[in-house]
Amino acid sequence: MAVQVKGEVLTLKPVGEYFSMTVVAPGIAEQTRPGQFVAVSVGGQGGGMLLRRAFSIYSVRETGVYGGTVEFIFSVTGRGTAWLAAQRPYDPIDIVGPLGRPFALPREPANCVLVGGGYGSAPLFLLADALRTRGCRIDAVLGASTGDRLFGALDAKRMAASVAFTTDDGSYGEKGRVSDVLPEVIERVHADVVYACGPMAMLEAVQRVAGASYGGAGIPTQLSVEESMACGVGVCMTCVLPVVGGDDHTRMVRSCVDGPVFAGERIRWDALGTVPDDAIGADNK
Amino acid sequence: MSVTLHHRTESPRHVSVDMTTTLGSLVVPDPVFTASGCAAAGQELAAFNDLTAIGGVVTKSIQLHPRAGRATPRMAETPSGMLNSIGLQGPGIDVFVKRDLAWLDEHGVTAVVSIAGQTIEDFSKIAGKLRAKPVAMVEVNISCPNVEDRGQVFACNAGSAAAVIQAVRRSAPAGVPVFAKLSPDVTDIVAIAKACVDAGATGLTLINTTLGMAIDTTTMRPILAGVTGGLSGPAIRPLALRCVWQVHQALPDIPIVGVGGIRTGLDALEFILAGASAVQVGTVIFNDPGAPARISRELREAIAERGMDRLEQAIGLGHRPPEEIIPELPDPPGDDLVGEPVDIVEFTAVDSGDGQPAADEGYDDESAGEGSSEEVPFDIEALEDYPSRDQDA
Repeated sequence: MAVQVKGEVLTLKPVGEYFSMTVVAPGIAEQTRPGQFVAVSVGGQGGGMLLRRAFSIYSVRETGVYGGTVEFIFSVTGRGTAWLAAQRPYDPIDIVGPLGRPFALPREPANCVLVGGGYGSAPLFLLADALRTRGCRIDAVLGASTGDRLFGALDAKRMAASVAFTTDDGSYGEKGRVSDVLPEVIERVHADVVYACGPMAMLEAVQRVAGASYGGAGIPTQLSVEESMACGVGVCMTCVLPVVGGDDHTRMVRSCVDGPVFAGERIRWDALGTVPDDAIGADNK
Repeated sequence: MSVTLHHRTESPRHVSVDMTTTLGSLVVPDPVFTASGCAAAGQELAAFNDLTAIGGVVTKSIQLHPRAGRATPRMAETPSGMLNSIGLQGPGIDVFVKRDLAWLDEHGVTAVVSIAGQTIEDFSKIAGKLRAKPVAMVEVNISCPNVEDRGQVFACNAGSAAAVIQAVRRSAPAGVPVFAKLSPDVTDIVAIAKACVDAGATGLTLINTTLGMAIDTTTMRPILAGVTGGLSGPAIRPLALRCVWQVHQALPDIPIVGVGGIRTGLDALEFILAGASAVQVGTVIFNDPGAPARISRELREAIAERGMDRLEQAIGLGHRPPEEIIPELPDPPGDDLVGEPVDIVEFTAVDSGDGQPAADEGYDDESAGEGSSEEVPFDIEALEDYPSRDQDA
C-alpha cells in the first residue's frame, strides 16, 4: 500500500540534461516494484503549486545508513521541477509512493527488449534487475533528441546483451528514432516481449513495430504511459486514456492506478486525447 | 450563546473537544468531510486517512448512467488552485450502489452521496435508487460547471434549482438530509439558497467550483480540452467564505457545509466562524492525500486553543459583535490549561505543529501485502482486467 512520507533530500545531482534526486523515504523502497512511480509535492508547504509531480522510480535502497531511499530522474520543464532542482540535501520533501501498476514480468526466462525515450528510460533499470533475476535476456534501445538527452547509456551497456542508441540529430548512435532500429533488434534477438517508457508518440511507434513483428504475428508489449496527473492516487480523474478491457469495451481509465503500465495493444492509440464514441459512457450513448 | 475562552500557551493536542455537529437529522462526531469529486468514492484515500474518524466521504457526483467524461487535457494548475474539466466521469448509480456504496458501508464510513443529472427526472430517479441504502445524506449537485450547456446549471436559476430540490426531496429516502450544492457564479446566492430551502432542502453546501479558463501561451490555445473548467483550491477560498457568510446571515437556522480552498484547520475554522456547521476538503487532497484527517486534527486543536470545548460554540461566531465574543468569567482552568484566564482574547494561532502525520501513524498497514504478490502473471489474459473499477458495468 502506498505511503505518504515526509522525507528528506539525500542527494541531488545533474545527469546530462536531467537531475537525479534521492530522497530518504522509509516505507517506499521496501514496497517498490519496477514501473511504479512516486508523486512529489513541490513548492513547499503552503505554496501556490498544489498538484503533485509524478516520476518513475529509478532506483531504491531498502536499507542503509539513512533508512530506505528512493531515486527518481526529472527534467526541469516548469516551475515545479525548477523548485525541485533548487532543493538541497536535508531539505524536507513530501513524497507518496509507490504508486501505480508495475511492469508484468515473464514467468519463464524470456528475451526482453527494453526501449526508453529520453529520461523515460529511468524505470527500465529496476525492471532489468528483476528480469535478470528471472534469467531473462535483455537487449536495450535508447533514444533521445540529442546525445545529452539520453539517460542511462552506461547502465544500459552493463545490463544488456546489446544496446542500440538513436538520436534525432545523430549526435550519438544512429540518427533516427527508436522505432527505426527496433524491428531489426526484435528479429535479431528473437524477442518475446517489448517493454518501453517514454513520450506517447514513441510508445505508439513501439507498439506499431511490436505488433507488426514476426510477419504480423506480433509480440506483447508493456508500455508505461505519460499522462499529466493531478493527484497520482486515483481520485482526481484527470489522467485518463481510452483503454480496451478484457470484455472488448473501451473505457476511460486512470493511468495512475490502472497504469501507468499497460499492455500496448489495449491502448486506443487512434483516440488518445479524446473520448471515443464507442467508449462506455461516451456522451453519444 | 456565550463562550468561555482561555489563553493557552501550549499545543493542546491532548485536549478533548466535542467536535459533534448536526446537519438536519444527521449527527456526526466530526465536521470534516471530503468534497465531491476530490475523493472518488473514498477507497483510494483509505491508505492515507482513517475515514471512520472524519465526518464522512462525499462521493464523486453519480449519475443515472455510466459517463465517460470529457476529453483530455482535463486539468491545469493555476496560482493556488487548479482548473478541472472532468465532465462527471463515473460508473452510473447501479454500479455505484452495488460496489462503492457497499464498500463505504462495510468499512463503517459515513456516506454522503452526491448526485447529478441532466434533467429533473434524472435527479429524481437517482435519488429514488438510494432508498433503503446506507446513505447518511444526499448532496444534490446542481452546480457542476462542466456541462456543455451552461443553461443546464440548475443552480444558476432559483426556479430550476428549486424544482430539482423538490423532486429529489420527494424521491430521496425519507428522513435523510438533502443538501443543495450551489454555484458561486450567480448574482445573488442568497436568493438561490432561499429557493432551495423553500423547496425542501435540509441545508446547503457552499460552494462548487467557479468557472474559469487558462490559455497555453506556447500553443496559443486553451489548455483544457473543454476550454473552460471549474476553478478550485485556495484561490477561491475568500469567494467561498463570502458565500457562506452571506447565506448564514440570511438563513441563520439552515445548516451549511462550507467548501472551497480549505487547506488547514485554520482555514476550516474560518468557515465555521462564518456559519458553516461542517466543512469539506477537496483540491487539497491532490496536494496532500492525508489532508482530511490532518485538517480534522488541526481544527480540533484550533478550537481548543481558543478556549472552546465544543465545535458548536464556534459556528457562526464571526457574526457576533466583538463584545459578545468577550468571555464570561471563566471557570478555573483545568489541568491542561496554562496561565490565567483573560478577558481579552487574542485570535492568534498557536503553531499546530508540522501539519503532517508521522510516517508511523495514521496509516492502515493491514493490507500492505495486498496485490503485491511477487509473481506477476505474464500471460496477457491475466493483464486484461483493466479496470476500470470505475466503470465496470
